[in-house]
Amino acid sequence: MLKVSGIHTFYGNIEALRGVDIEVHAGEIVALIGANGAGKSTLLMTICGKPQAAAGQITFDGADISRLPTYQIVRRGIAQAPEGRRIFPYMTVMENLQMGASMTDPVHFEDDVERVFTLYPILKERRHQRGGTLSGGEQQMLAIGRALMSRPRLLLLDEPSLGLAPMLVKQIFRVIKEINEQQDVTVFLVEQNAYHALRLAHRGYVMANGQIVMSGTGQELLANEEIRAAYLEGGH
Amino acid sequence: MAVASDAATALRPLDPAYVLKEAGAVAAIVFALSISLVGFKTEDVPGGITVVTRFGAVAIVTVIAFFGRLGLILLREGRPFPVLVTALPFALALFALLLWDQLFAPEIGLRRFLPFGDIIVNWLLAIFAAILAGRAAWTFRHEPREQSAEEREKKMDRVVAAPVQRAARLVGPLLLGFAIILPFLPIADRRLLDIGILVMTYIMLGWGLNVVVGLAGLLDLGYVAFYAVGAYSYALLATHFDLGFWICLPFAGIMAAFAGILLGFPVLRLRGDYLAIVTLGFGEMVRIILLNWYDFTNGPDGISGIPRPSFFGLPFVRNPPEGTETFHSFFGLSYSPIDRIIFLYYVILLLALATNAFTLRLRKLPVSRAWEALREDETACRSLGINPRNTKLTAFAIGAMFGGFGGSFFATRQGFISPESFTFIESAIILAIVVLGGMGSQIGVVFAAILLIGLPEFFRELQQFRMLAFGATMVTIMIWRPRGLLAHREPTIHLSDEKTPTGHN
Repeated sequence: MLKVSGIHTFYGNIEALRGVDIEVHAGEIVALIGANGAGKSTLLMTICGKPQAAAGQITFDGADISRLPTYQIVRRGIAQAPEGRRIFPYMTVMENLQMGASMTDPVHFEDDVERVFTLYPILKERRHQRGGTLSGGEQQMLAIGRALMSRPRLLLLDEPSLGLAPMLVKQIFRVIKEINEQQDVTVFLVEQNAYHALRLAHRGYVMANGQIVMSGTGQELLANEEIRAAYLEGGH
Repeated sequence: MAVASDAATALRPLDPAYVLKEAGAVAAIVFALSISLVGFKTEDVPGGITVVTRFGAVAIVTVIAFFGRLGLILLREGRPFPVLVTALPFALALFALLLWDQLFAPEIGLRRFLPFGDIIVNWLLAIFAAILAGRAAWTFRHEPREQSAEEREKKMDRVVAAPVQRAARLVGPLLLGFAIILPFLPIADRRLLDIGILVMTYIMLGWGLNVVVGLAGLLDLGYVAFYAVGAYSYALLATHFDLGFWICLPFAGIMAAFAGILLGFPVLRLRGDYLAIVTLGFGEMVRIILLNWYDFTNGPDGISGIPRPSFFGLPFVRNPPEGTETFHSFFGLSYSPIDRIIFLYYVILLLALATNAFTLRLRKLPVSRAWEALREDETACRSLGINPRNTKLTAFAIGAMFGGFGGSFFATRQGFISPESFTFIESAIILAIVVLGGMGSQIGVVFAAILLIGLPEFFRELQQFRMLAFGATMVTIMIWRPRGLLAHREPTIHLSDEKTPTGHN
């Protein structure tokens, strides 16, 4: 479904991605783990076209998207819950969801809202509240919900567990699984929380210094000694 | 500094030295400012100019400042009683004197008891005294409590802004009704109607700019450029091709919208301060082009003889050329010059209402939501599939279009335009109306325009000090409503039924 091959991305002179190859198949949950500054978020942003890759190719359903502007990439069926959530703080929950549905046929709107509210009942209670007044966890739910409103086939999540309490992290990951299984959305997620991410994912990639250093199924990576030492020591 | 909230009942003893020092300091500042501004006045006398001194007025101002500050200190320290017993009789006496002066002939001679020569200054003093008394009475009934600025603002939002916004459905039609019948009220004279026309022109411009600044969040300091484009479009089309106002109006709007897109393209990547600087430059550029392109715009001499709008082809003139019907002859009225003013008044009312209807309709469309989202987070917008370029350009174009309509009206009303009418201060005033009204609020713009344009006009008696009223209004609003008069944003989507979400209503 999504195929990234030989991607190089620069920030000025700094090469943040040095030839990355990954592949995401339809129906999968794929996790990308790695330390701070490894280039995980950059890869996600490069897929979305900002910054654009200096070299290499990104294809989505066989079509090259590596030179398209962000809004056109998104319209092809990729949705992103960006790092730091980036919900609209002065808009209500409903309006945020409505913004997510900007590019879809309005006839789906009511069903889609219901679908998001089923996943996150708390959002239904908060639907008239302004985005900025939600708690961190609720904002994350809203960011994911907003991304789902565009009826994506591929959902990109950047650190959905960032800054959340352990209870909430579990809940967020449980819902990601639901989205994947019940709504047939392929998920590609970037995480520092390697334990939860790998337990959830079908497959995983490990990134260091702008390159993929290891890949395998979630279970394999979880069992791997190096990974345990590098990313899982100190617990969950 | 003030009473702690839990110790409100236990009054802190007043330190007379401190109180006197504070009140004295304020009085000293007022004295220092007024000695030069009020104390000396040049007056034309035959054969030259002399300096007249008005030290009496300076003394009065200083004393008033001293006691006013004293009253504020006492209120702050939780001692409303002395303030109430001084301020209330003072205010009542002053009001009584002023009313006496207004209602009966001033010859009866009570005017000399008034502290100031200018009636309007006396009114202001009376109003301030009344406010002080009111605050004292309020302090009597309510425990004085320290409020942070934020708390106060939230409270104002809840107590004032939100109900007003909600009542806008009621206030709006009321204001509209008043605006419609105003020309037929006995108070309506030429001056009041002129002020009304001016205020409504600014309301319309404010609504237009509100699209750009309030909704899309693009700080535009060069809005006057579109106003100028509209005015010159109409003036040139009308004088060269002999076209009427109503035919030129759409053209002027299109030209201005085109100018908006022209400005929009280079500034697409700019935000905040940088955008503001470029738009400021654009405004100046347009003015300087108008000034220097002599062959086309007649440069600093301006364009005169711009045709007045006619009432469906019926002109407003006293002595028409042989064989032409005029407004008054057609309707069998006697000629009155105010007819034309009333007509202009309704034209601008109509234009302003059309602007309002258009923007209100716009707010329900996805493009308006996209503007608001763009204002809040451009990156997030892009990741939701919104094309920021087109969205921004639409905002610029639509905002500019209304500026162009306003400009055409200005040209036809004045009959003469020159680049001097389109200086930066115009942009600043329109922007001030939008910001002080509460960005994105339609009814807020109306109130702000009435305050900022109407008040200084009513203070014309004060001559060059008139703009002090403008400044004072601005400062007051910024202190009490730092986010604008009505900065309470109503969501554009409501769930009518608790069960079924209705998305696109």
